[in-house]
Amino acid sequence: MSEQRGEVLVQIQELHKSFGDNHVLRGIDFSVARGEVVCVIGPSGSGKSTLLRCINLLEVPEGGKVIVGGEEITDPDCDIDAARRHIGMVFQQFNLFPQQSALGNCTLAQETVLDLKPSQAEQIARDNLERVGLGDKIDEYPAKLSGGQQQRVAIARALSMEPELMLFDEPTSALDPELVGEVLTVMRKLAEDGMTMIVVTHEMAFAREVADRVVFMDGGVIVEEGPPSEVIVNPREDRTREFLHRVLDPTHVQPT
Amino acid sequence: MTDTTTAPAKRKLSPRRRAQRIRLIQYALLVVIVVVAALAADWKAIGESFFAPDMIRTTLTQGIWSALFNTIIYTIGAFAFGMVAGTVLALMRLSSVGPYRWIASAYIEFFRGLPAIVVFLVFSLLPLAIPGLRIPLEPYGKVWLALGIVASAYLAETIRGGIQAVPKGQVEAARSLGMSAGQAMRKVVLPQAFRMMLPPLTNELILVIKDSSLVYIIGVGATNYELTKLGRELSNSNANVTPLVVAGFFYLIITLPLSVLVRRMEARAARAR
Repeated sequence: MSEQRGEVLVQIQELHKSFGDNHVLRGIDFSVARGEVVCVIGPSGSGKSTLLRCINLLEVPEGGKVIVGGEEITDPDCDIDAARRHIGMVFQQFNLFPQQSALGNCTLAQETVLDLKPSQAEQIARDNLERVGLGDKIDEYPAKLSGGQQQRVAIARALSMEPELMLFDEPTSALDPELVGEVLTVMRKLAEDGMTMIVVTHEMAFAREVADRVVFMDGGVIVEEGPPSEVIVNPREDRTREFLHRVLDPTHVQPT
Repeated sequence: MTDTTTAPAKRKLSPRRRAQRIRLIQYALLVVIVVVAALAADWKAIGESFFAPDMIRTTLTQGIWSALFNTIIYTIGAFAFGMVAGTVLALMRLSSVGPYRWIASAYIEFFRGLPAIVVFLVFSLLPLAIPGLRIPLEPYGKVWLALGIVASAYLAETIRGGIQAVPKGQVEAARSLGMSAGQAMRKVVLPQAFRMMLPPLTNELILVIKDSSLVYIIGVGATNYELTKLGRELSNSNANVTPLVVAGFFYLIITLPLSVLVRRMEARAARAR
């Protein structure tokens, strides 16, 4: 990660994706610079999770290009397993490995994918669990942890692969309200440490405070993007304004 | 007696009273059946042909322990073979390669639909059909193969179910960490699948134990008799059913603890959920 901040790390060109008749992504163009934190917001069904999942090819797009770190992920001959090592992902439902302890969750891929020695992998895993504030829970199994703790283990698991880019797919949407803060705090620290992050979220406070740029999606296209002070505080587009009104003032929404 | 007191209010009998009365009738019926059966049975004859003490002694001293050992060895080998073949078949059924899926489906449907005894009869005739055919580890190899072929068809379906029961998010998490499809299967999916499958797999093991009673059809020497064959031989030569009854009890010695184990595991799995 010696490269300069500001260089383009993720580039997406004319991305299209359909599920059957449902055209979810209708031509997405955007790029993310190294060290940048981008929050993707938008109503459900707008394609924001699909966009995120196309970046590490968990969904295979029908058209367009995804280039991460100079490598074209969407090239059919791309070694996708190798490419994914540099792209960490955090899921809404955590998806921790239930048969592994917190430590095991963080060492498994290091040992199987990176061929690290167990002692090395364990050291890296411990450091990352410390980093998310779970140094005292390394031997606990996921079932014994709260949702917030599980999501923090999931972040540590992704960080243990030392990724260049972190993708967050609604990381706090499955959490009880009082547990959201601990996860967002960890993510904020990660952002402050210079990690490149793409975050699909409904947490407007996080987007406003932490994001360098906010992307508003609706109907499979990017409607508006810019710094949070513009998109969230002073949106240009009606659709953005309408969405923000629904999210920020949910007790005064006109039922449609 | 309750009849007379509740008779005027018969139509308004409360559900609780109704349930009470139905239960009473059921118990009464059971008692009648037991009493009639006990009076009708010839206990002396039953004792002499099914539980003759000298025959029990004879059975216990004439090879039942080695027969028990053989039953266990046959079962373990066949189950091991069945697990390996069943896992391969399950993965073939889930493969993206069409012909693998077809072959596995055909194999599974064929051997699940066939009575096990037919497979054993075929194996007994193999030396005639193919002269010079050698299956290693005689006679164990042949038994393991015959039992295992049948077991693998059942096990494949159980294992496939287990693999498919692992949430999709687990594979996504593994793949997003850079694991290949094979690594994700080996390191993440299969360990979880097998843990979920422990109760049904133990049931399959019990089925293999029982199927091992068909081994006599293949034809094995006296030192390789399993429980059923031994019981049958002793019963025939002594014109008494007791040895078969004893052999039957020996099956229960193996299967009952397994059944208890399954119930424990199921209870634990239910609690973990």
